[in-house]
Amino acid sequence: MEELVQYSIFELQELYRKREVGVVEVVRAYLESIAARESSVKAFLRVFPETALDEAAKLDTKGYDGSALFGVPIALKDNLCTRGIRTTCASKILEGYRPPYDATVVERLKAAGSVVVGKTNLDEFAMGSSCENSAFQVTRNPWDEEYAPGGSSGGSAAAVAADLALASLGSDTGGSIRQPASLCGVVGLKGTYGRVSRYGLVAFASSLDQIGPFARDVRDCALVMEAIAGQDVRDATTIPEPSPDLHGNLEKGLDGLRIAFPSDLGKWEMDSVVKDIATRTIDDLIRDAVPVEGVTLPGMETSIATYYILANAEASSNLARYDGVKYGLRSGSESLLNMYEETRGEGFGEEVKRRILLGTYVLSSGYYDAYYAKAQQVKALICAQFEELFTTHDLVFLPTSPTPAFKLGEKLDDPIAMYLSDIFTTPANIAGLPAISVPAGLSPNGLPIGMQLIAAWGQEAKLMRGAFGLERMYRFRERFVRGAGGRGGRNAGH
Amino acid sequence: MPGIDFETVIGLEVHAQLVTKSKVFCSCPSVYGAEPNTMVCPVCLGLPGALPVLNGEAAAMAILMGLATHCRIAPRSVFARKNYFYPDCPKNYQISMYDRPLCEDGYLEFELEGQSRRIGLERIHLEEDAGKLVHGGEGGSLIDFNRCGVPLIEIVSRPEIRSPEEASKYLITLRQLLRYLEICDGNMEEGSLRCDVNISLRRPGGALGTKTEIKNLNSFKAVEMGIRFEIERQAGVLRSGGRIQQVTNLWDSTQKKLLTMRSKEYAHDYRYFPEPDLLPLDVGADRIEGLRAALPELPLARERRFREKYGLSAYDANVLCAEKRLADYYEEVVRGGSDPKLAANWVMREVLEEIKSGAGEPLSADAFAFKAPVEPRRLAELIALVSTGGISNSAGREVFKEMVKSGDPPARVVERLGLTQVSGEKELEQWVGGVIAANPDEVARYKAGKTQLLGFFVGQVMKKSGGKANPKLTAEIVKKKLEA
Repeated sequence: MEELVQYSIFELQELYRKREVGVVEVVRAYLESIAARESSVKAFLRVFPETALDEAAKLDTKGYDGSALFGVPIALKDNLCTRGIRTTCASKILEGYRPPYDATVVERLKAAGSVVVGKTNLDEFAMGSSCENSAFQVTRNPWDEEYAPGGSSGGSAAAVAADLALASLGSDTGGSIRQPASLCGVVGLKGTYGRVSRYGLVAFASSLDQIGPFARDVRDCALVMEAIAGQDVRDATTIPEPSPDLHGNLEKGLDGLRIAFPSDLGKWEMDSVVKDIATRTIDDLIRDAVPVEGVTLPGMETSIATYYILANAEASSNLARYDGVKYGLRSGSESLLNMYEETRGEGFGEEVKRRILLGTYVLSSGYYDAYYAKAQQVKALICAQFEELFTTHDLVFLPTSPTPAFKLGEKLDDPIAMYLSDIFTTPANIAGLPAISVPAGLSPNGLPIGMQLIAAWGQEAKLMRGAFGLERMYRFRERFVRGAGGRGGRNAGH
Repeated sequence: MPGIDFETVIGLEVHAQLVTKSKVFCSCPSVYGAEPNTMVCPVCLGLPGALPVLNGEAAAMAILMGLATHCRIAPRSVFARKNYFYPDCPKNYQISMYDRPLCEDGYLEFELEGQSRRIGLERIHLEEDAGKLVHGGEGGSLIDFNRCGVPLIEIVSRPEIRSPEEASKYLITLRQLLRYLEICDGNMEEGSLRCDVNISLRRPGGALGTKTEIKNLNSFKAVEMGIRFEIERQAGVLRSGGRIQQVTNLWDSTQKKLLTMRSKEYAHDYRYFPEPDLLPLDVGADRIEGLRAALPELPLARERRFREKYGLSAYDANVLCAEKRLADYYEEVVRGGSDPKLAANWVMREVLEEIKSGAGEPLSADAFAFKAPVEPRRLAELIALVSTGGISNSAGREVFKEMVKSGDPPARVVERLGLTQVSGEKELEQWVGGVIAANPDEVARYKAGKTQLLGFFVGQVMKKSGGKANPKLTAEIVKKKLEA
C-alpha cells in the first residue's frame, strides 16, 4: 500500500486508465498514511474517511473517464467553503460554521474527479507565516517535527509533503502558498490575480488573495491548476479567459526563456544556504547557456510595507462581518455593543486583532492618504516596473523564503521578523503576477529550501515551463525523497 | 435678535429603490413583502467567501436617472465600501460609491408658482440597501435580510433649496421623474423612496450656518412639516442668541413631531475605500448614447408641449403629465381623432375619477401599471359621438360608465340603452307641443317677457324624451312655437 502513495497524479492516471489500481485502493492507502502520520504532523483540522471512501467507490463504479483529476485524493485549506462541512479558517469565531455552498474551486475539483480527504490547518484567517496562529492546533513540518511548516497554508503543504494527500489547495495573499511549499519541499503555485475564482474563499485581502495548488512536482501542480483555473461569473475579478493549457509544453523547460534575477541578492538578509542555492542556480543556468541577467527587482524595498497596509486595510473590512449576529461564535448579551466586543474579543486571536487594528488605523479619516492611498500609488509603480522588466525578460528568478523552516515558537513573539520573511513573496502579490516555488535543495540540517520564479501577467504557461526546467536541474525528489525511499522526515526518526 | 429674517438653506439626500428584477449584486429576486429571510443567498447575506457581481440593469437605471437630470456620466466610477457596524448590514460594510460616483453635476428643473426653478444635483450613485430590523419581539430584535442588496440610487442635491414648499416640489418632481423612467415606484410609505434633509439658516448673504439633519421622513407631507418645524426651531434658537448644535432629528410620523436623535460629535468614520471585489464600472460613450436614446420625453418638456400643441391650460397639462402612462393614454385618445381639449376633459374627469373611485387600483400601487378603464380608441369614439351630437353630454357620461362595466364599444352601449339622440323635427315638435300644452302658466309668463323660462321648457322636453332629445334643436323649436 505504501507504494500507492508514491505515484504522482500523472502516473496514477495511467494506472487508473489501465485498470491496474482502483480509486478505493488508492484512497485507502492515503487514509492509512494519514492514520500513521497525522497524529504527529497535525496537518488536518478534519479528515473525511467515510465520505472519501464513498466517493472513491462511486468513481470505481463509474470507471476511469479521463477526468483530469480522476481518483486524486486532495486536501483543502480550511478557508475554502465546503457545503454542509465545517469551514473554520482556524478561528474560534467560525467554530462550527457550515457554509451552505461549495467554493467554485471545490466544485471544479469535484467535477474533475478528485476525492477530498480532509481540510487542512492554517494560520487563523490565513494571517501568518508559520501555521502557529491557528486557534486549534500546531502543524509540524514533516521533515522535522520540531519545525514549523510555514504558513499560512502550512497544513496543505505538510499534507502533501507527508503523503497525506496527493495534492492540496492553499491560498496565497503574501506568500502563503509559496513559503510553506518552500519550507516543506513541495511545489506551490499562485496564479495571476484573477486566474482562479475566489468565490468561496473566505476573504483575507480581496485584492491580493489567490487560491492555488500544492503538489509533489511541477506537472502535477499544472494539472491541478488547470482544473481550478478559468473565468467564473461569480467572481467579477476573474480573468475572462478559459483555463490555460499548462502541462502541454513542460518538456521545453527553460528553452528560449530569458531570466532576470536580483543583482543585489547579497543585500538582502537571508540564510547563507538559501543564498548559496540561489547563486549556484544562476551559475548553472549560465553554464546551460540560459540567458540570465542581474536586474534591480521591482518592489524589493517597498512591497512588505505596501503589502501590510493594503492587506490589513482590506482585512479590517472583510472581517467586520464576524460579529455574533448571524453565525459562528456569539458572546456577550448585555447590549449590541457588548455582544460585538465580547464576540470579537474572544473569537479572534492576537495576530488577527493586530491586523484588524492596523487596517482600521490606515483607513481612518486623516490617515487614509498617508497610508492607504500612498500604498495604492506604490502598488501601481511596482506593477509598472514589472511590466517594463517583462518586456525584455520572461521570468524572474529569486529565492522563495530567506530561510529554511524555523523552529516552532521561534518567531511567534516577533511579528516584525515574521512579516519580513515575506520579502521575496509579496512583490508577486502586489503586482498580481503568477509565481511558483520549486524545491531546490536541503539545508545542512536536512530542511528543504525552495526557489521561486515569477512570470509576467497571465503567463502561467511560461512559468510552469521554467519551473519544470528548474525541477529537472534540482532533481529534488530523486535526490532527497524518492531515492531515499520516502520523505526525509519519515526516515530521519526525529 | 427678534425680527431678523433668515434665509433657509436646504439640501436633500434621496434614496430610491430601483425596480430591477434581481438585486444589485446577486440574482435574488428584488421584491417587497415576501416572507422574512426567504429572498436571500450567500452573497446578499454576506456569508464568508461570497462575492458581489454587478447587475447591469441596476447600472443602466442609475445612468438613465443621471441623463434625465443632466448629469455628467463618469466614464469610470468606482464602488467603495462604507464601513460601519449595524445588525441590518450583514457584512458590516455597505457597498456604495464614494469619491468617484456614477453621475455628477446635474440639475432638476420644475415650475413653482409659474416660475422655473433649477436645483443643482451634486451626484447620483449606486449602492445596496440594508436589511430591516424588527424590534420589540419577545426574543428581542429580529432581522429580515430580504431587502439586503436591493439596488438603491442616492440622489444628493446641492444646498440650493430655499423653502419647505420648494423642497416638497423638488421631491415630487424627483418622484415623477423616477416613475417616468420606470426605475422606482416612488412609494414613500413603503420606503422605496426615502428622503433625508439637511437644513441650516443664515442671514441673507451671510456665511452658512450649522446644519442639522432630519431622517425618517416617510411622506411628502412629513418632509414639508418636518422642515417647517426645524426652521422655526432653529430660528427660535438663533433669535434668542443661542447656537445651533449639529444634531440628527427623527420624524415621528404618529406624533407628527421631531425627535432629536444623536449628537454629530459621535460622527462615524466610515473608512471608505475602493471595493476590491468589484471592478470599476466603465461606461462607454456608446452605452451612454444608447441609454440617452431610450429616455422617454421628460415630464416638464411634455407639459410644455401639451400646452403648445394641444392648447391646454397649465393646470390640465400638469395633471395629464403627472404620470407617463396617463399622458400616453391621453395622447392616444387624441390620436384616435378627438379634439385635444375635449379629450383632456374626458380623461381628467371620467377616466381619472373612475380610476380613483373604481375597482381599479390607485395609480401608484402596482409600480407603473395604468389600468385604463376603457381603451383609448373607444374613448375617442365616445367623444366623437358626443361632439357630433349623436348623444348628449350627460348620456355620454352614462355610456362611459356602461362601457367600463361591460367593456362594450360606445355604439353598442348607446344602442342597447336606446340613447341615440333624437333630432327629427317631427318627433321633437310633438314633445314640445305636449310640454306647452301641459304648462299654460309658464307659457303665459314666457310670453309676458320672462324668456329665461326657455331652459325650463327644454328641461321638460329632455325629461319627457328620456334624455334623448337634442337639446339645441329642442330650444329652437320651443322659441319658434312661443314666439310665433
